[in-house]
Amino acid sequence: MDVNREVQEKLVGFQPKLIVNQPGHYCPGCQYGVLTRLLAEVIEELGIEGDIIGVSAVGCSIFIHSYLDIDFIDALHGRAPEVASGVKAANFGKKIVFTLQGDGDLAAIGMGDLINAMARGEHLTTIFLNNANYGTTGGQMAPTTLIGQKSTTTPHGRRDDVEGYPIHVAELVTSLQNVVYSARCAMNTVKNVNQTKKALAKAMRIQMQGLGYGFVEVLSACPSGWKMSPMDSLEWIEEKMIAEYPLGVFKDETDEAAEL
Amino acid sequence: MSKKMICTGNRAVCYGAIDAGCRHFFGYPITPQNDIPEYMAAELPKLGGIYKQTESEISSINMVYGAVAAGVRAMTSTSSPGFSLMQEGVSGIAAAELPAVLVDVQRGGPGLGTTQTAQMDYFQAVKGGGHGGYNQIVLAPHSVQETYDLVQTAFHLADTYMIMVIILMDAILGQMVEQIKREPLDLGPVPEKDWALKGKGAKGGQRNVFSTMLLFPGQYLPYQTRIQEKYQKIKEQEVRWEAAFSDDAETLLVSYGSTARVSLEAVSRARKENKKWGLFRPITLWPFPEEALKKTARGARVVVVEDSMGQMIEDVRLAIGDRLPLHFVGTLMRHQSGSGGMIFPERVYEEVCQWT
Ligand SMILES: Cc1ncc(C[n+]2csc(CCOP(=O)(O)OP(=O)(O)O)c2C)c(N)n1
Ligand code: SF4
Ligand SMILES: [Mg+2]
Repeated sequence: MDVNREVQEKLVGFQPKLIVNQPGHYCPGCQYGVLTRLLAEVIEELGIEGDIIGVSAVGCSIFIHSYLDIDFIDALHGRAPEVASGVKAANFGKKIVFTLQGDGDLAAIGMGDLINAMARGEHLTTIFLNNANYGTTGGQMAPTTLIGQKSTTTPHGRRDDVEGYPIHVAELVTSLQNVVYSARCAMNTVKNVNQTKKALAKAMRIQMQGLGYGFVEVLSACPSGWKMSPMDSLEWIEEKMIAEYPLGVFKDETDEAAEL
Repeated sequence: MSKKMICTGNRAVCYGAIDAGCRHFFGYPITPQNDIPEYMAAELPKLGGIYKQTESEISSINMVYGAVAAGVRAMTSTSSPGFSLMQEGVSGIAAAELPAVLVDVQRGGPGLGTTQTAQMDYFQAVKGGGHGGYNQIVLAPHSVQETYDLVQTAFHLADTYMIMVIILMDAILGQMVEQIKREPLDLGPVPEKDWALKGKGAKGGQRNVFSTMLLFPGQYLPYQTRIQEKYQKIKEQEVRWEAAFSDDAETLLVSYGSTARVSLEAVSRARKENKKWGLFRPITLWPFPEEALKKTARGARVVVVEDSMGQMIEDVRLAIGDRLPLHFVGTLMRHQSGSGGMIFPERVYEEVCQWT
């Protein structure tokens, strides 16, 4: 066992088999790494690593294939739901296909793509990482940016009378009949991380059972975009983001509805 | 199976695709190609295939991207405005080096333009309408039979070279009815698709990844070199063209698609009057048959006939060099000023006569 691995095991218990051990590109304090690990655990525990295909999006998720050892394809900006639909159709519905998309990708340029994939009756899973800004391009305002939040394109803070209001995707998609499950989670505390893992597993199981579309929004720290320290970012999620974006399950039409 | 039948060019697209084993079609309505997705929607489910109606041409091309990455023969069809919307996806498919087939039944532009015939998407198809300097094979049939054959060829070439193949048609060709012999072509084997996304369980635990962002050190130039080598190989091996009455031609008309039929009629009339006219018809618009055209043209006066304001003429000029006289018969020579105007053989004949 190499030293790194030993240290890691002391620190975090174990490393999921599906995690590729190599230096990451995420910024310090970024929570894409946490989400990547949760996905690895969930996929392993469900035993679907041989049957799952991931679609990554334009944004900081684009290189997730570097760390998560399953089939992957990257999509153009906003187009992950159709790429996933194509992959799913080509496999005649028999494989598990998920998208991992940021808030600029999903809620701005790709909002129509998501809603139409849901309306078309696709059986997919979408994991929506909401970090309240365009992280990759340097911290511009996203549709999810909070009122008052500074970004590089709202240098004095977002104003509702100028830039409108933040968009609540987990609630929005509940009106679509094919959406069986929609939840919002966060990763700022251990408890929230555990909830996120449960929600991810559930959204995958829904697809495995052929019930419909599963959607999980995950609030996530972007210290670089927010120009905050990693610790301050976690606090900001607790105080500001969760106040705007309440955590919870907004729709659950499965039999185990009470679980989360 | 070999069946004689009469059908439209658009229907021949469907027959060609189905006979080539295409079972996945993604479509969005736009005139004049609606009968393609309509037929595929009705037929594919009977064959165990999947038709999806998308919310836009952007969606169609990206579903094609996902489907071909998972290893099936898949396609979409559209007309000019939809072709514009697809361009980012076309560039993405070129980047991923995936085999896909796209049919553009051209209509008049720019903008919403007309719903009737034109050949104004030549640049977009041949030069790469999306960003980033890529190439794709462009096939231009001129008859319903050739449409049926070239659609099958398109799937074969796509799989052979891992490249997008565009079938560049026009409204006349899409709507016109002719007899065809529906006999599937035997084009030989294509490479195995061991790169397909089927979950890594399908490959004994070895995974497949399509990653088109080339940010890592040392990635970009080797990629560019490799795709350029591939393009070069296609240029050397896949050029297709046809010529008629060209051996002794003193005047050579150059046309593709339905306009080549018009030009051929003008040439036939000229021949009856002992005028030494010939026709050169590129079948691959990319790779353009430059060498063949140069040889065929020799010392002739060259006339490009295309239903645009002048697009293919630029490739013709590059091929023949600047020594030979070059003339143009285009959209302004249509028989009437409305959207339904067409270039008729009589007009081509008269126009060319003033230069000969
Ligand atoms: C068509 C197109 N427009 C713009 C971009 C530039 N771009 C790259 S990443 C990105 C932002 C992604 O933001 P988000 O989806 O929130 O992901 P994050 O980086 O925050 O995870 C943009 C706009 C692009 N790649 N393609
Ligand atoms: S920019 Fe933000 S989302 Fe992207 S890696 Fe850095 S912290 Fe993470
Ligand atoms: Mg973001």
